[in-house]
Amino acid sequence: MARVVVNAPARAKRGEVIEIRTLAGHAMETGFRRTQTGELIPRDIITQLVCTYNGVEVFRAELHPAMAANPLLSFTTVATESGTLEFKWSGDNGYAATQSASITVV
Amino acid sequence: MERRQRVRRDAIGFHHGRLRLFALSIAVLVCLFSTWLAAGEIPLAERRSGYEFMSRETRAMQDDEATGPALFSLLDGEALWNRKEGPAGASCASCHGGGMKGVAARYPKVKSGRLLNLEQQINVCRTERQMAAPWAYESRELLALAAFVGRQSRGMPIDIQSDAATAPFLAAGRASFNRRQGQLNLSCAQCHDDNWGKRLAGSVIPQAHPTGYPIYRLEWEGAGSLSRRLRNCLTGIRAESPAYGAPELVELELFLMWRANGMRLETPAVRP
Repeated sequence: MARVVVNAPARAKRGEVIEIRTLAGHAMETGFRRTQTGELIPRDIITQLVCTYNGVEVFRAELHPAMAANPLLSFTTVATESGTLEFKWSGDNGYAATQSASITVV
Repeated sequence: MERRQRVRRDAIGFHHGRLRLFALSIAVLVCLFSTWLAAGEIPLAERRSGYEFMSRETRAMQDDEATGPALFSLLDGEALWNRKEGPAGASCASCHGGGMKGVAARYPKVKSGRLLNLEQQINVCRTERQMAAPWAYESRELLALAAFVGRQSRGMPIDIQSDAATAPFLAAGRASFNRRQGQLNLSCAQCHDDNWGKRLAGSVIPQAHPTGYPIYRLEWEGAGSLSRRLRNCLTGIRAESPAYGAPELVELELFLMWRANGMRLETPAVRP
């Protein structure tokens, strides 16, 4: 079950730098670990997070096996106009999650 | 050996007996004084939560209510709290509608002669009230519900009563805390009473106040109970760990919580 949380300000002044924090619940299995019987545990990680602001991409992250479980990604953008922030995570084994947050710019 | 003894006897001369008595009493005093110094319990004013030994970044994770790593545990716990379970068709909320404010600050607790920690109490409720199967120790569900219940006491002082019913368990817990064990022959007190604030490899030794369990531990990349943490420590000193739910483990939990009486609960805390 894909579980994600986004924390972004609901209101901001035009031109203000806003901080956005995202948390995704994921085990981030590296693909380097082995079971007690020596079999390799296959890699299962989130590989990408893309954030678009009214359809324009404002942030993209590529994730690799060294990321901890439940990755918290925080970034900033400039509040330009009222609208929607869309977040899209994708990863191994068809992992996909989306979340959105609306923002009012005054 | 023979030679040395003779030399000492010669040196002491005719005051031998009296001097020996004097030396012995000095030795006893020195021993008493040094054990008092070494095994000193932490004065109340110097008690520190593990939070205060953490890096700025890790503190920020704990303080972040909206996107902290323990958030998923809390959300799961809330769902479980309201979910009807077992043939009794009752949820936790059906009985405990008023919430559980302050409850986690009073556990482990003696109930009809048996010492129970919060996780065990949840399972007692499940089996005796909801008529449902108990959850396994360290299962996602049990930790989530314990975190959800614990969260309601966040900021409240730990309040373990040392009444007659609790006293024997508390004494047993104190004894385990001070008992040397394992291949490294260390007691809990030697690190957490006598050497807190110093470093063990790269990590600061905290005072072992269980103020935020169940915790989200970065090393585990997940949630875990106080029992799990204690078993970790015991493995570290190469001692045999009691099984989850074993009385000696819960007694130690009781002693540690009693030792932290008055400190604020931080559940669910983040620890490195």
